[in-house]
Amino acid sequence: MKKKAFSAVASLALVGGLVLGGCSSSSGTSEDSSGSGGDKTVVKMMHLWPEGSAKAQYTIVNDIIKNYEKEHPDVDIQTEILANEQYKEKIKVLSASNELPDLGITWAAGYMQPFVEGNMFAPLDDVLDGGLKEQFVPGTLEAFQTDSKTYGLPLELNIAPVYYNKEIFKKYNLEVPKTYDEFLKVVKTLKDNDVTPITVGNKDRWTGSMWYMYLADRIGGPETLNNAINRTGSFEDPALEKAADELKKLVDMDAFVKGYNGFSNDEAKGYFMNEQAAMYMMGTWELPNYTTSPDVAQDFKDKVGYFKFPAYEGGKGNIDSFVGGPGVGLFVSEASKVKDETKDFVSYLVQEWGKRSVTEAGVIPATKVDTANTELAQMYIDILNDLGNASNITLYADVQMSARVADVHLNQIQALYGGEISPKEFVKAQEEALAAEKK
Amino acid sequence: MSNKYIITLYTLPALLLLLVLIYVPIALSGYYGLMDWTGIGQMQFIGLENYANLMKDEKFWASAGHSFLLGIFSVLSLLLYLAVSLVLVSKIKGSDFFRKIYLIPMLLSSVAIAQLWLKIFDPSNGMLNKLLEMFGVENTPVWLADPNTALYAIFVPIVWQYAGFYILIYYAALKNVPEEIIEAARIDGATPLQIALKIKLPMISAVFKVTIMLSLVGSLKYFDLIYVMTGGGPNGASEVMASYMYKEAFELNNFGYASAVGFGLLVICLGMTWLTSRLTKSNDDVQY
Repeated sequence: MKKKAFSAVASLALVGGLVLGGCSSSSGTSEDSSGSGGDKTVVKMMHLWPEGSAKAQYTIVNDIIKNYEKEHPDVDIQTEILANEQYKEKIKVLSASNELPDLGITWAAGYMQPFVEGNMFAPLDDVLDGGLKEQFVPGTLEAFQTDSKTYGLPLELNIAPVYYNKEIFKKYNLEVPKTYDEFLKVVKTLKDNDVTPITVGNKDRWTGSMWYMYLADRIGGPETLNNAINRTGSFEDPALEKAADELKKLVDMDAFVKGYNGFSNDEAKGYFMNEQAAMYMMGTWELPNYTTSPDVAQDFKDKVGYFKFPAYEGGKGNIDSFVGGPGVGLFVSEASKVKDETKDFVSYLVQEWGKRSVTEAGVIPATKVDTANTELAQMYIDILNDLGNASNITLYADVQMSARVADVHLNQIQALYGGEISPKEFVKAQEEALAAEKK
Repeated sequence: MSNKYIITLYTLPALLLLLVLIYVPIALSGYYGLMDWTGIGQMQFIGLENYANLMKDEKFWASAGHSFLLGIFSVLSLLLYLAVSLVLVSKIKGSDFFRKIYLIPMLLSSVAIAQLWLKIFDPSNGMLNKLLEMFGVENTPVWLADPNTALYAIFVPIVWQYAGFYILIYYAALKNVPEEIIEAARIDGATPLQIALKIKLPMISAVFKVTIMLSLVGSLKYFDLIYVMTGGGPNGASEVMASYMYKEAFELNNFGYASAVGFGLLVICLGMTWLTSRLTKSNDDVQY
């Protein structure tokens, strides 16, 4: 009996863990920027840049708060800081008891949706009116909109170019490809010389999804994929199937690093950083590794260049369209008692952040950056200029979709890369998932 | 009389802890299983719908199949551990040293083990494939990236991870077999093999039964290495029940359904515990 009870207990521990996980109230580092509030208006803010792991961002936010408090002596902004995962957990717990901070960080679209539906976030359209809206790069605010109301102000913007190793390209007399046919020739030449052409960590799945999204964009134009997801179109569109077919051809050419479906993004990145692979597509959050990061050898940094995903002949998309999206944004709690003060501060924070984030933290803000008066690494300037000329930014498919459909999409991506399914099955499964949700 | 109060008093803290940390959450997760709940905001009562969906959820049953497969592997590997312990206990040279070596994986955290084996399984730079290449194997497998091999590839580190634990248990049990009995058998002319099979093994059969149950239930709710090494991929090829539950709850924001999965997992574990205890039941513990 005793041992029965023991193993029963052992088997229950896990189940208990699930429930308890939701209840844990981890207390983070609370920082009181002034002794006591007194009769000041207290605005509570939570963010996810601890001094230890994200010093640059931490310093910028701290400075902005200090300056704001100087200009508004009657306002006291108190911050609570948690690292990424703990932050996500705590926000979930706080929202369950309707105790969100006045101001906090959120992610776009799919992540934000339950909060908006639960009436937790305040619409910020009144903040945007009067000039602020125009400061954002087109396409960034949309990711934080539901029913044409904006619930978050994006702080970051990332696009995904293809980084390449200039030295490897030079060795085999390769030029940066402008068209998809040229790109295939590059892949073939590298393959013939036993160099891994592309590294991709498809265990994480969204990594492989970016390659598919670019193909879909270049072949069908940006609308086709977006329409399939927002249900004004179909995922069984011939262009989307053709994109899957092209991806399958790449896989069959052995264009991707061996074992890509088992690598996390970080493992796959190692192949590029160690110069074992010639190309790597990733968001611009990688830029510090190729420019300013002290942890990477200058020798390697000098070898890295980037190019825009090549144009597809006869396709509807153009080379200036990017896959990407805003990272985190700011929300204001609907339940906040100091909503007006918070909104005023949010507007200030977003603008000040935009002036400093790229130069000081290497983070490209969602607001337009004036590159003329800043000292930046050349690659940043090039990317910012490309962003200025971008014809379109397509938000990552898995972010656009609801969590459940995104999971289907990502699993299908893995299966397509793994050669488990045909392009036809690939589009069909996603069409079915999207259609089932619409019902 | 006062004795009873004292017993109550002494068991109360443990009882309360058990109640609050284990039994209440179990009841709660059964209750959440009746809800449509994203983990944020309002719950909505939907009766047994989650449980009905669970019954016909192919993905859940596929992952349950993987869990059972792991269970079978783990139980079979107990024989291997037992064989090793039998060798160790027979006073071979350096048995102390080997015992310590086998214990090392137990001291490592699962995540460290996962990282270690990820490096070993790396298709191009990994130790395993380099070794295969040395022996002239072309087209070396991609292990974790191939849906046909991913699950089995993870079984290896799991078996390795728990070797120390079970070897330690068996070793201790075998040490407890009275020396006189073995001595007597030896005088009667029994060979070492006969001693091992006919005396030592029957004497530790009770311990063996417990380990069967431990490893079976442990396998059914296994999570860590799988989560870190493949995340249940590629395309669900190495998903087990616990990782499936985690995914539903924390990636798909489907707490209600995940609670139902957790409750299903609990029922399966209880069922298997009951079944193994029935199957391994024998009235007479061997005594000599």
